[in-house]
Amino acid sequence: MYYRQAGTYRTGYAQDMRLMPLKEDRILLGLVLVIAFAVLPFTASDYWLSAILIPWLCMSLVAMGQNILMGYAGQLSLGAAGFMAAGAFACYNLILRVEWMPFPVAILLSGLIAAAIGIVFGLPSLRVRGLYLAVATLASQFFIVWVIDKFGWFKNYDTSGIITAQDIVIFGKAFTSPAEMYLVVLTITVLLTWAAMNMARGSAGRNWQAVRDMDVAAEVMGLSLLRTKLQAFAISSFYCGVGGALFAFTYLKSVEPAAFDINLSFRVLFMVLIGGLGTIIGSFYGAGFILLLPVFLNIFFHALFGKAVDASITSALEQVIFGVLIILFMIYEPLGLAKLWQNLQERMRRWPFKF
Amino acid sequence: MNVVTQSHIPGVERAYPIGEPILELDSISLRFGGVQALTNISFDIREHEVRAIIGPNGAGKSSMLNVIGGLYTPQDGTIRFRGEKFANMTPGKAARLGIARTFQNIALFKRMTVLENIMAGRRLFTHANFLEVALQLPRARREELESREKAEEIIEFLEIQQIRKTQVSRLPYGLQKRVELGRALAAEPQILLLDEPMAGMNVEEKQDMCRFILDVNDHYGTTMVLIEHDMGVVMDISDRVVVLDYGKKIGDGSPAEVRSNQDVIDAYLGVAH
Repeated sequence: MYYRQAGTYRTGYAQDMRLMPLKEDRILLGLVLVIAFAVLPFTASDYWLSAILIPWLCMSLVAMGQNILMGYAGQLSLGAAGFMAAGAFACYNLILRVEWMPFPVAILLSGLIAAAIGIVFGLPSLRVRGLYLAVATLASQFFIVWVIDKFGWFKNYDTSGIITAQDIVIFGKAFTSPAEMYLVVLTITVLLTWAAMNMARGSAGRNWQAVRDMDVAAEVMGLSLLRTKLQAFAISSFYCGVGGALFAFTYLKSVEPAAFDINLSFRVLFMVLIGGLGTIIGSFYGAGFILLLPVFLNIFFHALFGKAVDASITSALEQVIFGVLIILFMIYEPLGLAKLWQNLQERMRRWPFKF
Repeated sequence: MNVVTQSHIPGVERAYPIGEPILELDSISLRFGGVQALTNISFDIREHEVRAIIGPNGAGKSSMLNVIGGLYTPQDGTIRFRGEKFANMTPGKAARLGIARTFQNIALFKRMTVLENIMAGRRLFTHANFLEVALQLPRARREELESREKAEEIIEFLEIQQIRKTQVSRLPYGLQKRVELGRALAAEPQILLLDEPMAGMNVEEKQDMCRFILDVNDHYGTTMVLIEHDMGVVMDISDRVVVLDYGKKIGDGSPAEVRSNQDVIDAYLGVAH
C-alpha cells in the first residue's frame, strides 16, 4: 500500500506539526513540483499551458482567497471578481505609470491595493452575517467594476474601453511565451499556497475558525473580532487581487472591466464549495473541476458524436451534465473534493478491511 | 481574617491557601429595559478559593457571571480586580486581566479538533502576526511549539489524550464540557468562571468534573467561580457560597451558613404567604 501511517513515529511536537508529517506525502509533493516546474513547461503544448494550466493556477489562487474568507473565517462574500478586477487594473496602472516597476513588485502592490479595498468592504461584516453579509459584499463587486468602467484614467483613456496588458518583464527578461508565463504563475502560486497553508494551520487559522464557529467564545478569549474579520478580508482580497492580476496578464491579455462580472464571483464561490470549504488544497480541486470539466465534456462529446449531432445540442447537453454533477456533489459530499480525497485515503489505509 | 488552609481532603494542607480578595463587586445593578436583572449586589471573591453562585431559575446568576466576564455592562456599581477599579469590563479587558470562562451551553469551536480548540485558548500568549505565521518566522514557530506543549500539558491533566485529534462536534457531551474547561485553562487564568459545568451530566461525569475543578484549584491555584444547581456538589466543593434570588443577594457565607440561612430556605422551598 502506498499510504501507511504505521511505522511513522513522531518523537516531538515539531515533527507532529509539520505541514506534511507523512514521508509519502512529501515524496508525492516533490514529484508534483518536479513535474510542474521541470517537465510540463517543455512537454505541454501551448494550448495546454495557456488555455488550461495558467487559468487553472490563477483561479486556484482566487478560490484560495475566497476559501480563507468563507471557509476559514466564515464570512460569506460575493465580491471575489471585484477584487480580481482591482488587482488586474492596479497592476496595469502601476506598470504603465511607474517606469522602473518590476513585475513581481507590481503584483505584490496590486495585491496590497486589493487588500486595502477589501478591508473597506469588509467593514459591514462587523454588523451583519450570513446571507445579509453576502448581499452587502455584492456592493464591492458592482462598485469596483463600475468605478473602473466609469473613470477613463484606470484604462489610460483607451477609446475601446479595453486595456492590453503589458509584457511581463523581470530583471530585463521578457516572459512572453506560454511556457515562460506559466513558470511565473506557477512560482507565485506555489509561494502563496505555502503561505496560505502555514496561516491556515497556525495561530492565524485558529483565530479565523474561532470567529467562524463561536464568536462570543472567541471574544472572551481576548480575540478582537474586528481585527480578525478585517484581517481575513484583507488576506482574502490580497489573494483575489494577485490571482486577478495574473489572470489578466497571462491569460486574458486584453482586459475589459466587464470580464470581472458577478458570474465570475459565483464561479469562484462554486469552486470553493466543490473543492471543499476550509481546505487550502481544495481550492485547486474546485478550480480544476469548474474550469476543466466543461472542457473535457466538450472533448468527450466531440469524440462521441463527431459531427453527427448539432453543436448547439451538445453544448446544451454539456451544461446540463455539468449542473447535474454539481447538484449530485452537493448532495453526496457537501464537504467537497478535498473531503472525498481524504475519505479515499482513509479507506486505502485500512484496505482490504472494512473498518 | 481567618485564612483557610484546610484542603478538600481532610488533614491535607492546601497548596494555595485562600488569600485576600482578588475580585470585589460593589453594588452592581443591571437592567435590561424594564427588567431589573441584578439589584445592588456586592460580594467579593478571594484568591485561590472556590466560590459558588447559586439561586433558583432566573435569579441572575448567569447575568452576574457575564458582568464579571465583561459581556454585560452594569448600569451601576464597580468591579475591583486586585484593588484596581473598573467601571465597566469588556471581554477583551477581562481576558487580559486573567479571567477565563466556560459557557452554560457549550461554546466550543465545533469544527476544530480538541487540540486546536485548546491551542486557540492560548490567544493571549501568541504575539506573532499573520505574516510571521505565513512565512514561518522563528517567533511564530517558537510560539506554536510553546502552545502545543502547554496544550499537551492540559490534555494530560484532563485525561483526554486519546481524543486530542478528534473534531469536538463528534464528542459526547461530558467530554465536550471537559474540553471547554481545557480551553479556558489554556489561557492560564487567575480566575475561572464556570457557568453550570455539571449541567446535564450523569453521576460519574459529575464526579469527574468535580475532581477536575478541585484539581485545577489545587494544582494551579486558580480561583474558581461556579454556578451550579446540584446542591450536593455545591456544598461539597465550594469554600463560600453566594445566593441570589430575583436579582438580589439573599445569602453569603460558608456552605454550612448558607444552608441554615432562613431566607435561602424560603427562596428554595417557597414560603406560605
